[in-house]
Amino acid sequence: MRKKSTIHQVITLVKKDLTLELRQQYAFYGVLLYIVSTVFVINLMLGKPDDKLWNALFWVIQLFVAVNAVAKSFMQESKGRLLYFYSLVHPRVFIMAKLIYNIILMILMSLIAMICSIAFLGNPIANMGYFIGMVLMGGVSLSLLFTMLAAIAAQANHNAALMAVMGFPLILPILMLLANISVSAFLTVYQPGLPKMFFLLGGMDILVIALTLILFPFLWKD
Amino acid sequence: MAKHWWKALAILLLLYVIIAGFTINIPIIGTNGQSSRGLFFHVPMWISMYTMFTISLVYSLLFLNKYDLKKDIVASSAAGVGAFFGILGFATGTLWATYTWGGTLTDDPKQMCTAIAILIYLAYLVLRMSIQDMDKRARISAVFNIFAYALLIPLTYIIPRMVDSLHPGSATTPGFASKDTDGTMKMVLYPAFIGWTLLGVWIFTLVVRYKKLQLKKLF
Repeated sequence: MRKKSTIHQVITLVKKDLTLELRQQYAFYGVLLYIVSTVFVINLMLGKPDDKLWNALFWVIQLFVAVNAVAKSFMQESKGRLLYFYSLVHPRVFIMAKLIYNIILMILMSLIAMICSIAFLGNPIANMGYFIGMVLMGGVSLSLLFTMLAAIAAQANHNAALMAVMGFPLILPILMLLANISVSAFLTVYQPGLPKMFFLLGGMDILVIALTLILFPFLWKD
Repeated sequence: MAKHWWKALAILLLLYVIIAGFTINIPIIGTNGQSSRGLFFHVPMWISMYTMFTISLVYSLLFLNKYDLKKDIVASSAAGVGAFFGILGFATGTLWATYTWGGTLTDDPKQMCTAIAILIYLAYLVLRMSIQDMDKRARISAVFNIFAYALLIPLTYIIPRMVDSLHPGSATTPGFASKDTDGTMKMVLYPAFIGWTLLGVWIFTLVVRYKKLQLKKLF
């Protein structure tokens, strides 16, 4: 019974976030404009970059999109509302809902970023299915890590610059892994240790989820 | 005096390491020539750094258990000293790389990963500065510290071992251990590990005492 109510609470919170998003549409259009203008600026400066550059630029765009999209999900909560949630649900339920909501948001944003990049920067991708899979996996990994960092930054007076300072060194290994794995989507090269890299990425995601669920209750004790 | 024997040991070991490290006959390994002596000053820095970061992690966990601000002081001091030793390790490594790899900052994965690891801990120190409230600072930085340590291990232990590196001891470059047939390098290296780590602990205890006095003044 207890377990069922937990899942129910998580679903309700995710639904609440999604409805808010659908009504305001502020975060969505904000980030959408962000993606389009970034990609367009790159297009103006570089035209159509080659494979390696395309890959690197794409993941850098993804990184900044993730910072913006995920940071917004905590910024829009006022202090009073957070207190209200605290009195209603266990912090673990709250962060689980945030994780799921951010994953949904980032998957959507990643796909939009990919479509924009292909539209503006040309399409050097040889293995489309593989790359889409990579983009989804990357979006999930980035959103997971940045959710926890956004929670920390939200506690430290909603400092967005702080999130960049904390987040970039931590996200670098994941970003490097993603960029390395996705190289295979551009040309059929033999990459030794490719399954190992997938394994490591999945392992890191699980590690981040576990740490977030364990540590978040400590963050909330105000 | 009984409590301070390890400080004397640290000084003696470091004197031995510095004198022996520059004077003993070492085997010439590949193109390294005499630059392999950097080993006695480079590798121990990492051992010392990991010791400090582990102390920091343990005290962060203890802090979250009891919310005792003294634990937070210990954790932050250890992280600071650890980052200092990390920078020293990076500096000695780049110095060696300048003469053997032909570049101070190469795109070698090991070098990059350690640079990132140091950045993570500098971010921890910046995070601490950004929060004014003392209890809040202690709690948030403890959470970040645990998070950072957990991501530090894959960053510095697993990823560099997977990719090819110029660094001795990685996939295609043989380490020094197999060439050191007489064991002369080990005779200096192992005392160096202990000596530098003890020095790190010594600095760390001083920092803790200083910070505790600062806190006492506040109340």
